[in-house]
Amino acid sequence: MIDSKTTFLGYRRENGRVGVRNHVIILPVDDLSNAACEAVAHNIKGTLAIPHPYGRLQFGADLELHFRTLIGTGANPNVAAVVVIGIEDGWTKRVVDGIAATGKPVTGFGIEGYGDHETIKRASKVAKEYVQWASEKQREVCPISELWVSTKCGESDTTSGCGANPTVGAAFDKLHPLGNYLCFGETSEITGGEAIVAARCANDAVRERFLFMFNRYQDMINRWKTDDLSESQPTKGNIAGGLTTIEEKALGNIQKIGKKCTVDGVIDKAEMPTHPGLWFMDSSSAAAEMVTLCAASGFVVHFFPTGQGNVIGNPILPVIKICANPRTVRLMSEHVDVDTSALLQSELTLEGAGDKLLECMLRTANGRLTAAEALGHREFVLTRLYESA
Amino acid sequence: MNHFVLHDAADTVAVVVVEGVKAGMELNGWIMDDNRHIKMTAAQDIPIGHKIALKDLKTGDTVIKYGIDIGKVVKDIRAGEHAHVHNIKTKRW
Repeated sequence: MIDSKTTFLGYRRENGRVGVRNHVIILPVDDLSNAACEAVAHNIKGTLAIPHPYGRLQFGADLELHFRTLIGTGANPNVAAVVVIGIEDGWTKRVVDGIAATGKPVTGFGIEGYGDHETIKRASKVAKEYVQWASEKQREVCPISELWVSTKCGESDTTSGCGANPTVGAAFDKLHPLGNYLCFGETSEITGGEAIVAARCANDAVRERFLFMFNRYQDMINRWKTDDLSESQPTKGNIAGGLTTIEEKALGNIQKIGKKCTVDGVIDKAEMPTHPGLWFMDSSSAAAEMVTLCAASGFVVHFFPTGQGNVIGNPILPVIKICANPRTVRLMSEHVDVDTSALLQSELTLEGAGDKLLECMLRTANGRLTAAEALGHREFVLTRLYESA
Repeated sequence: MNHFVLHDAADTVAVVVVEGVKAGMELNGWIMDDNRHIKMTAAQDIPIGHKIALKDLKTGDTVIKYGIDIGKVVKDIRAGEHAHVHNIKTKRW
């Protein structure tokens, strides 16, 4: 299906990275700036506001993560240009400067001293210039290795572990030797399979870093838990779908890293990988949080296997849904991009399922909208580490 | 038709992959890792995606799936019965 000569049509950005979408985003630094951002996006057609509820009085590592996520979102190559709006100039400039390092057009506006009306007027003028400029960008032929692909599953059931997740694993096993940047995470959802992931780490340094992240998350859960997390991890949906324990869910989850891929590096939340290979990102297992972090880390296409039918999307990262549960495929077909339910009836080989996903990946990269994009799913959820000051 | 699938020949539970499995039905199973088929009779109705016990399991036994420990039996389970949160619990957290 694919080899090193396979290509796709992407948008090459100023820093050399390649995107598969051409968004002009209106990005709030904080909750207070959502209204102005949404007004600008309403005024200027073809732009996209990305509202969120945070950004005030955060501090320390939690604040660093906030900035890293916003800057990473703006810096993602699926984004052509960015208008940033914050309540005041200081933190607004910090986000603008971070995005500007990519070389892409970005301008920031602080609301204080202007008010919403004047800010919306000034920002709309810039947004109009950006969207007209971006609309002339042309796709060009790019080698498949330039596609950064992340994965995370959601509303999993037992069919995820024997159908949809191994499909992602088969695709990752084919992309890994080509030099693609790949990413998985969901730290709590490795519980019970941590020895398998540790054994797959490329060297001792990666293994040590992975186990540090794994144990750090276990410590957090042990500090706050009031029971064995039944109904949270696994979720109520997982249990309804037949998953019983976290160990069972984890062993299904890690089918996504295939049979051959090595784990080549470890990043903290929303950090950017520094070389090709499969990266483990310490992250929440909540779908929108993890996918938002993948986008902020620079990934441009996402593989999302589901069993019971998670409907998630992302504002800038195309989310491809893979499902092997024949009941879900029948009842929620509008959400499914790749149906691999035939795997469970031995009517489709694992390799065939992986190829089916890779074909969908290339079509998506070339511009075909995913189900989540067509349905307007734009979940953007910032991970918080603790309370605001 | 595969009524249930298991990953590893050593697994003590398997996943029902079709709708409508009723008590008394003779079921065909597929061992994915070996590409081999086995048979089992359902002792209870089991929904799609839920697990069937492949052998008698006693309280305290370790449940094996993917060839690996996925938790402990907290209430005896007979072969063919529905295996889920009412008779299996995590060993973590």
